[in-house]
Amino acid sequence: MRSVDVAVIGAGPAGLSAAISARRQGADVLVIEQNPKPGGQLIKQIHKFFGSKEHGAGIRGIRLGESLYQEALCTGVRVWLDASVFGIFDASVLLVARGLLENKSASKYKVHAKSIVLATGASENSVSFAGWTLPGVMGAGAAQTMINVERVLPGKKTLILGSGNVGLIVGYQMLQAGADVVAVCDAQRKIGGYAVHAAKLSRAGVPFRLGFTVSRALGHAGVSAAEITKVDERWKPIPDSTEQFDVDTICIAAGLKPYAKLALMAGCRMVYSGILGGWVPAHDRCMMSSVPGVFVAGDLAGVEEASCAMEEGTLAGLGSARFAGLGEPGEIAELSHRAEKRLRELRMGRFGDHRQHAKNLIVEALSRG
Amino acid sequence: MRVLKHPVLGDLLDAAKVRISVDGIQIEAREGESIQAALLASGIRISRYTDKRREPRGLFCAIGQCTDCVMVVDGTPNVRTCVTRVRDGMVIETQAPAGGDHAK
Repeated sequence: MRSVDVAVIGAGPAGLSAAISARRQGADVLVIEQNPKPGGQLIKQIHKFFGSKEHGAGIRGIRLGESLYQEALCTGVRVWLDASVFGIFDASVLLVARGLLENKSASKYKVHAKSIVLATGASENSVSFAGWTLPGVMGAGAAQTMINVERVLPGKKTLILGSGNVGLIVGYQMLQAGADVVAVCDAQRKIGGYAVHAAKLSRAGVPFRLGFTVSRALGHAGVSAAEITKVDERWKPIPDSTEQFDVDTICIAAGLKPYAKLALMAGCRMVYSGILGGWVPAHDRCMMSSVPGVFVAGDLAGVEEASCAMEEGTLAGLGSARFAGLGEPGEIAELSHRAEKRLRELRMGRFGDHRQHAKNLIVEALSRG
Repeated sequence: MRVLKHPVLGDLLDAAKVRISVDGIQIEAREGESIQAALLASGIRISRYTDKRREPRGLFCAIGQCTDCVMVVDGTPNVRTCVTRVRDGMVIETQAPAGGDHAK
């Protein structure tokens, strides 16, 4: 068995930030990442981030992931790529399979950690309309991976379902990659994402069909057309309101949900928060879950943006180092205080207030026991 | 179809080529890419047929979670082709329903 002070699961923005901050407190840190590439979903975020300078505004997500990874390595964090955690016991023992993707047989390891940070991210929601299983219907994030990471178009003509930021950004990036986007539809009557992203699509002439959802995907060996239907206030289809588009791909951008398998395996108590994507592990202000020594951060702790994930990661990293008996308590308290302040700033305003409120409820849920 | 030119990412750089076989047909792939990328670049969308209804499935999540894109790779069934990279000489087959022929 190998022993470390802090084991971090997931090398996305939350996990890498946690690893860096724990390492800076003197912890021996191991990051375990199931993908062969570090950076989590930042590897496909080719757009620039918003917000303040200290949150990396103006930097493309793809560069942010690379710089976090380099910073982690420079501070002495160890990273295992292509390594999947398939067991978690007593909040301290991890079973890890390395080389599942690159080799045919994986090597298995047992890792003991004084504290654990779970930063496992989120997965995409789906919408089950007729024909949704046809090849060519896919998650918007899946299409984004294909165009921006693999540089391959999954199709030439696309309809996007969902006008949140993911739908808008992926729609625009499909255009950048050379595909045709025939429409963005959303059962909601207003655009869900930022106006600046929506404007990019409008300027390119992409029509929005608000109050419409995909009712059917047509085709045999794959999608050949999408049928959309207008819905009423209760989202019931309105007769004779269908429109049909010839497309070979339908991208579903219906939000994300926390990827909580390991948190459940660790025994973390879960709380439901619709605003934060569904069931999330209850946690305190320092990101510790209901299981002492198991911390959570990033989309797993409630789906938000990468900027929030990095701050939560910093908090979890500091908390995990302190739990492992490392660092100077005064300095950890001061750094945590600053990260919390930056998080509050990120959760202000029209797109933030409701998230701050939802987060407060999660912290209260844990303190109620 | 490959994205050769891109306003943010720039031109697609040359990569070493590898050859893979898909249902007996040789296709060219770029070293380091996923099997799905190589298939989609060649216009192949179907990865498998379902057991009961023999319906086609293809790429859906691209993060190795949904298992819709599993295929038979070098004789091993249920290989997730969105997260498995190509290797020169790889033999890939459309995954048929367990114990039966698929209706192509």
